[in-house]
Amino acid sequence: MTSPSRLPFYIAVFLLITAGISLAIWRNVELGIPWLTGEQHPVWMVEARVDFNGSNQPIVASLNVPEHPPGFRILTEQAASPGYGFSIIDKAGSRRAEWTKREVAGPQTLYFKAQFIPDPGAEQTPPAQPPRTRRLFWEEPQATAVREILAQAEARSSTPESMTRELIRLMQPDTRVQNTTLLVSEDNYLQLLVDMLNHSGIPARTADGLKLEDARRRQQLTPFLQIYNGEKWLTLNPKTAAQGIPEDLLLWRQGSESLLDVVGGDNSEVSFSILRQTIPALQLSAMQSDGNGLGFLSFYELPIEEQSMFRMLLLLPLGALVVAFMRIVIGIRTSGTFMPVLIAVAFVQTTLVPGLVAFLSVVAIGLAMRGYLSSLNLLLVSRISALIILVIFITAGLSIFGYQMGFNTGMTVTFFPMVIIAWTIERMSILWEEEGGQEVLVQGSGSLFVAICAYLLMSAPLAGHLTFNFPELHFSILGLILLMGQYTGYKLSELRRFTPMKVYD
Amino acid sequence: MDWISPRALNRLGMLNMNRRNVDYIARYNERSSYPLVDNKLKTKLAVAEYDVKTPKLLQVVKQQHEISRFREIAEGLAGFAIKPAKGSGGKGITVITGRDGDSFVKASGARVGASVLERHLTNILAGLYSLAGTPDVAIVEDLVESAPSLARYSHQGVPDIRIIVFQGYPVMAMLRLATTDSDGKANLHQGAVGVGLDLCTGKSLNAVQFNRPIKLHPDTGLPLENIQIEAWDEMLEMASRCFEATGLGYMGVDLVVDAQHGPQLLELNARPGLAIQMANGRGLLPRLRAVERLKRPHFTPRERANYAMKNFASL
Repeated sequence: MTSPSRLPFYIAVFLLITAGISLAIWRNVELGIPWLTGEQHPVWMVEARVDFNGSNQPIVASLNVPEHPPGFRILTEQAASPGYGFSIIDKAGSRRAEWTKREVAGPQTLYFKAQFIPDPGAEQTPPAQPPRTRRLFWEEPQATAVREILAQAEARSSTPESMTRELIRLMQPDTRVQNTTLLVSEDNYLQLLVDMLNHSGIPARTADGLKLEDARRRQQLTPFLQIYNGEKWLTLNPKTAAQGIPEDLLLWRQGSESLLDVVGGDNSEVSFSILRQTIPALQLSAMQSDGNGLGFLSFYELPIEEQSMFRMLLLLPLGALVVAFMRIVIGIRTSGTFMPVLIAVAFVQTTLVPGLVAFLSVVAIGLAMRGYLSSLNLLLVSRISALIILVIFITAGLSIFGYQMGFNTGMTVTFFPMVIIAWTIERMSILWEEEGGQEVLVQGSGSLFVAICAYLLMSAPLAGHLTFNFPELHFSILGLILLMGQYTGYKLSELRRFTPMKVYD
Repeated sequence: MDWISPRALNRLGMLNMNRRNVDYIARYNERSSYPLVDNKLKTKLAVAEYDVKTPKLLQVVKQQHEISRFREIAEGLAGFAIKPAKGSGGKGITVITGRDGDSFVKASGARVGASVLERHLTNILAGLYSLAGTPDVAIVEDLVESAPSLARYSHQGVPDIRIIVFQGYPVMAMLRLATTDSDGKANLHQGAVGVGLDLCTGKSLNAVQFNRPIKLHPDTGLPLENIQIEAWDEMLEMASRCFEATGLGYMGVDLVVDAQHGPQLLELNARPGLAIQMANGRGLLPRLRAVERLKRPHFTPRERANYAMKNFASL
């Protein structure tokens, strides 16, 4: 008998549930927060080592460091260089790590470490204004040679990309004609290419890439050619004219003129070591969340102490869900509506068996003492108050006794909420007097059963992971609980309770 | 383990706990009317205006210091009952049936001194028996002397008649008989015997104890068939009148038949139990739905009782 007024309710519940799930999916996709606990992500640790000889002068060593390498995101950066002043300087499209020291003599080694996460979506930002070409003045006979080669390449191409490809092809040893032989020598090839492209009106520059292979040391950078096609910089292999960046290639330097400048030292060189690491996906997304606009939706930025408190708090809705299900759909009787959840929370801290032993012994001793209290005919408030103090005595006694006997688990008793235990004892005791021991047994074991179910759910690593990292899933839990509040069907226990009705059917 | 299928329950029209709470109690019972039924004192005052008789009120103990006055009043009484106003399920009710010298004789035959009763009053005031443990008041009422024709079926205690009233229509009724298991109380889940009553005639139908069908009363050994409640239509009308008095759409009305004063209201219950269906061997739903379908509800309690007698016995 659904009256029309319930439709908005069902829509709201549906919205709640889908909102929770879709928000979680969105955060999984956007922030990379993993669904499972153990998920690992590869991370490249690249270490640049700068060596030079100091010559008793103030020194400035400046190393170009990656800014927005295509295909990668920078996770962490750090420099190791005792005694040096260090800072990272952003200047006109290039980012440089700068070490400084007043007096330097002898061989010096500086380290710069950075972690890179492969991210196919990471693109470099297009330059704010299109780069300009530099026209070079060529001497004869080079000028004529350049002009002819460019004309040849231009005739066979239509776009900056194809023009560059043609030019590279013309410059290769197997296709070289006289003009090119005149121009190309062993070590000026790439610079020549850049100069010629610039001459023809295509902005071009060099870049340095690092091939990422696990556990490599003393690696050098490989030069690459970059041209500007009017929208963005394209990277080409200067030998093969292959366009694009291989997956395992990290562009360490782009845009800036030099890789390493050392003022006040000599014999400087830079080499790279590479290590492939894996870090938990969760840690990764936590590290990235600060910079992300969505980061505020998560708990990672809270102080650690509050985080661990929320970890616990966010498990409570699961317990409430279990209680609601057990009571509404299954029909298990518990003593005190949410007492099982609080007991389950305590179990999470004590682990099951020690917690169970501790809980049962406290309640049993408490019930025995309550028997005496009830013969005193005290007023309710003072009886409960007395009971709370007794419960504290019992837990203290159990802890000390357990400790002396060598069981550290005895201490876990203190995790149980004293007031709740006192009320549990009180209720059980009244129940015992009014309805007899059997009802106490039914409700007591019902409560414990629900508490254990809630504990099993709450202590599952996945549950803790999902509730803490996807707090929006609680919308869905709320929706489910609201939905259960509308369940008008038979409880499982009623199918048994109403069994005698069979004869009338 | 024996189970009944949900489909069979549906066929029988059995009302279940969740549906009762959501579709009937939550929908038809105003929250603001609850104090009226959860507090026996308020019930008494509210129904008095609607000609529903209740046992005579002898004293209301509201404060600790008023307990001393109780002794004076009690001196002059032969039988009385002490009840917590906000008690539920018969908790905290002490029935004194007579005197033996200075001590009082309880319904169970035990003899207690006045100091025991005073302590009991103190407990009631402290809220020991009230629903949420809140402070309470104690009421002292005239003792109900059950009509002997019914009293003989019950072991101790007064047999009472529970009538479910929906929108002012009596929809189902049962007779509740105390047993030794129930310790003189008339609550089915404590072990009292429930005897379903034919809504048309007031004659007994089936009997159950602990949800099991029985034929004889377990203590008195009397057959539970052919019990006839007297003044049946008067009782139905009285139950129906409680709807006007409280405004509660779905409630349990507990009546007793006093030997001298006839039918009297003991208490009202805004969350009546479901066991009445088992005592009747019928589900509540067909009757509840029949009332919900009524296009023109009857205005007077008399008409509603008549309608119920005519139509519901066959549903």
